[in-house]
Amino acid sequence: MRYEFRLSGQGGQGVILAGIILAEAAIFDGLNAVQTQSYGPESRGGASKAEVVVSDTDIDYPKVTVPDAVLVLSQEAHEAYGRKVGPGAVLVADEEHVEGPWPEGARVVRVPIARLALEVTGRELTTNIVALGVLTRATGIVSAAAVERAVRARVPRGTEELNMKAFAAGMAAVRMSDEVS
Amino acid sequence: MEPARLVQGNEACVQGAIAAGCRFFAGYPITPSTEVAELMAERLPRLGGKFIQMEDEIASMAAIIGASLCGAKAMTATSGPGFSLKQENIGFAAMCEVPCVVVNVQRAGPSTGGPTAPGQGDIMQARWGTHGDHPIVVLAPYSVRDTFDLTVAAFNCAEDLRVPTIVLLDEVIGHMRERVELPGQSEVRVVDRRRPDPSRTAPEDFVPYAHTPDLVPEMADFGSGYRHHITGLNHDERGRPFASPAEVDRLVRRLNGKMSLAAQRWGLFQEVATADAEVLVIAAGSPARSAKEAVRSARQAGIKAGLLILQTIWPFPAVKVADLASRARVVIVPELNLGQLVGEVERYACRGRGEPRVVSLTRVDTELFPPAQIYEALREVR
Repeated sequence: MRYEFRLSGQGGQGVILAGIILAEAAIFDGLNAVQTQSYGPESRGGASKAEVVVSDTDIDYPKVTVPDAVLVLSQEAHEAYGRKVGPGAVLVADEEHVEGPWPEGARVVRVPIARLALEVTGRELTTNIVALGVLTRATGIVSAAAVERAVRARVPRGTEELNMKAFAAGMAAVRMSDEVS
Repeated sequence: MEPARLVQGNEACVQGAIAAGCRFFAGYPITPSTEVAELMAERLPRLGGKFIQMEDEIASMAAIIGASLCGAKAMTATSGPGFSLKQENIGFAAMCEVPCVVVNVQRAGPSTGGPTAPGQGDIMQARWGTHGDHPIVVLAPYSVRDTFDLTVAAFNCAEDLRVPTIVLLDEVIGHMRERVELPGQSEVRVVDRRRPDPSRTAPEDFVPYAHTPDLVPEMADFGSGYRHHITGLNHDERGRPFASPAEVDRLVRRLNGKMSLAAQRWGLFQEVATADAEVLVIAAGSPARSAKEAVRSARQAGIKAGLLILQTIWPFPAVKVADLASRARVVIVPELNLGQLVGEVERYACRGRGEPRVVSLTRVDTELFPPAQIYEALREVR
């Protein structure tokens, strides 16, 4: 089994940290994982992308070829990566920042991710962790317990509970019909 | 063995350096190598080591040479633009036989190029970036675990031969995080430079650049009583810049003779399905990972494909390449530049009997080879 995640958004939205947490969670679940990233030379703004490959065997090629799940937090990210999502793959989009068009045959999960972050934690900074909650439930590849453990290990000290709230909000935002069967 | 965890290539480099005994780091941070400096700044002081951010890359290189002359195992880390600046002092380290490790996490070039984009454009620069005939060893990791192992090897090689040793990472491997089990300290073999023994060699009898049969003279720490002169000028065995033509000849030949020793002792490579390979892929760094997957697919499709992963690039593993190539019909060389390794492959693979066809695959669009691109090449030539 090889499962490929692509997480994308604006620089500063934390998609690379989200990718690191996702890869670490997979390892906690006993799987193999590789995380790579690509971003521009700027420290904020611009497009940012993290890729995570999860497998139960060795992973040689570390990048995504045909993604099984894609996260898009901005229209720019959607134009670059969301619109190309293939049939059967999961597309998680921040519905207030991405207006489509939606690729045919993909399982599109639309959640107001950044707004939820602000509402639940008071800080838009937790957008990436809300997104992880959505991705975790919508794909079912890594366990929620493992992601929670990885979030606690990787977020700044003192913000753990805030981020747990963000993660739970993301999980809860996935409707039953969007869950993996 | 430590438990499996998610580790970045640059972090594995730091951990390998520390395990090998590195206790001095001087650098000037540059993407995609910055994490090396960051982690060294965090970890070295706790181990009684020293971290210093210098004013630029030239000074960083000078600082690690100074530290090494005082007996420390020392390292710097940079990327293309900084690597260019370090070249003059790298030559000084080669001439004065100062063990040191330079990490170059390659990014796309030329010039400032793509700070966050991968490339392998520094393969020739790593060998010939500084002027004059000089010895230098270059190791290129292809995984996070390999980065740990080759950084340890780089220190050991530098200490063993008294040559500057380059860890030539690329952005993919340096920035990549993967699941890895790293060895504990007790599992790491550490080599230290040979120092003069005061019970056998009195300071006044010490010959710092003796042309010993093993090519590597003993090295005395600055301040340990063995006063000697160090200069980048042509020098005699005492380090004095008054060498005769015969002495200069001996010096330059001895220094470069270390490349043969390096090939014997530090020529590292890995083979995948090469035993009966008719189509051979030769790769180093991140393209080796694409190649590994492509070779596996090719085998499943009945193509007799094999892979030689070069971990030591310089000295170029000529014997191994010539041997495998002589049994192959086609050799494919994928690299993230316009064809630097392939020239060396042609030099050693095409020597008469059973001469294979050499195919160069190049990319300079800042993307890593997808396995399908190498697989297609394997299918076309089979």
